[in-house]
Amino acid sequence: MTSSTVSSLERTLTTLAHKEPDRVPVFLLLTTHGAREVGTSIEDYFATPRNVVEGQLRMRNKFGHDCFYGFHSAALEMLPWGGSVQYHKDGPPNAGPPIIRNPAEIRDLISPEVESSPQLENVLEVLHRLKVEAAGQVPVIGVVMSPFSLPVMQMGFGPYLNLISDHPELFERLMQVNEAFCIAWANAQLNAGATAIVYFDPVSSPTIIPPREFQRTGLPVGLRTLSQIAGPTAIHFASGRALPIVKDIANTGTAAIGVGPDDAPVVLKDACRGRLTLIGNLNGIEMCRWSPEQTEREVKNSIATMGAGGGFIIGDAHGEVPFQVPDQVLRGIMAAARKWGTYPLDWANADG
Amino acid sequence: MLDLSAERVLFQNALLDVDRIAIAQVYHRCAAEVSALEVAEAVITPALGQIASQWEAGEAALSEIYMASRMCEELLDSAVMGEATLRKNQPTIAIAAFEECHLLGKRLVHAALRAAGFQVLDYGHAGQSSILEQVARDEVQILLLSTLMLRSALRVETLRESLLERGLHPRIMVGGAPFRFDPLLWKQVGADAMGSNCVDAVAGVELLSRGQS
Repeated sequence: MTSSTVSSLERTLTTLAHKEPDRVPVFLLLTTHGAREVGTSIEDYFATPRNVVEGQLRMRNKFGHDCFYGFHSAALEMLPWGGSVQYHKDGPPNAGPPIIRNPAEIRDLISPEVESSPQLENVLEVLHRLKVEAAGQVPVIGVVMSPFSLPVMQMGFGPYLNLISDHPELFERLMQVNEAFCIAWANAQLNAGATAIVYFDPVSSPTIIPPREFQRTGLPVGLRTLSQIAGPTAIHFASGRALPIVKDIANTGTAAIGVGPDDAPVVLKDACRGRLTLIGNLNGIEMCRWSPEQTEREVKNSIATMGAGGGFIIGDAHGEVPFQVPDQVLRGIMAAARKWGTYPLDWANADG
Repeated sequence: MLDLSAERVLFQNALLDVDRIAIAQVYHRCAAEVSALEVAEAVITPALGQIASQWEAGEAALSEIYMASRMCEELLDSAVMGEATLRKNQPTIAIAAFEECHLLGKRLVHAALRAAGFQVLDYGHAGQSSILEQVARDEVQILLLSTLMLRSALRVETLRESLLERGLHPRIMVGGAPFRFDPLLWKQVGADAMGSNCVDAVAGVELLSRGQS
């Protein structure tokens, strides 16, 4: 295959099949950068689907990466639950105050309808328009928060950990309600035009809970939920570790996992070879001040450790490139990916 | 004579097992022989520190630090320990989740500092104007700021400049995910110290305390 004949979607599907495409696919998971592209505030940008579509088109034209990213913000998922979103001029929106102030309120919690939220409908419109623009050549990525991780926004991190520990029945009730919403939200995105769904589940990461707890909580939630999402998925731990639970993740049927900066990439590659595609592992925080030389070095290193044999998409480790990362770095990532990520990776084999 | 090192290991295991009975047993055994402050310094703080180090190494989870901190807080709140664990001649210390609703990191650091005998003013989640007002009112000497989002971390620089403009000179220690993932960021924003975890924070406060009290 040569790059001139290979579409971004073909490139991505080939690596997901654990084969080597023409080059390593690059997923620049850009969200708030689009506001800068179309010259609006971040709040205004996400308020209008036309803005987001235009932003995604301009960014892909500018950088040439291999996906459209329909994700607006994690906080947006709180709106149909009666929560709020706090916008900032220089970063992603945050969720407002928790909607569950007392665990007892979980008994009366009802899973909201996706259609009840104009903001979620906006996301669906974005995905639909991006699918049209992609014309079968570019994967369109949708996002859901996992039922197991959503409670961090629904009730706060500490109270949620207390709930898991102290109120197992209410925890199970909350998972039932959240699973129904997550499945509906994911399938609505697939129906609207998403090629695949990223299932953000940072709480399941061994960085946050021990693997034995994950096997008792986040894993059964993930197995039930992912089995009812009618399309391909990737699980992302938003910079959290994955290695200790890779076998469990592979058994969920998901196709890929996000790789954070704390996992040893060589070991993770060995553990996932032929089973899970790795997405990552560029450090988005440090990326803000990378020099051209460091940009090339970081991309080269990621490809050297995880690129062989396919099953690898290079991108940031967190699942969202920070607003502060300059265009120069994003261009540098693309240039380095083309330079060092073209298969076969003979240079990596020679080095290594 | 009681082996406090062995008791520390037992205490740490009890924290990881969320075994409140064992926690109380270790405490009472120690308190029968040494002061409450010594129990805090030789058993509680090192046990929390060991769990935090395990987290840094990928051998423990944040939820385990949280539950351990919560149980240490329960012990500190109990009448058993009361004010007996407080250090003498402390600087005025305050902590805030800076421009964040995420309070977990702040709570872990607060618990570790309390276990180490520090009295800490808790400003909850607070923005710049609120912190400026409270730091001036309380004459804070050491200000700990917890952040989760990069934008909040970057705004520490603006906060520091505003403090200086008002003639306020607290030593600033920062922590949270952005500072863990970019080890140079704390210098970029003009902080005086950075803690990767709650026990780093204790060590940092001890260091910054020298010359303040």
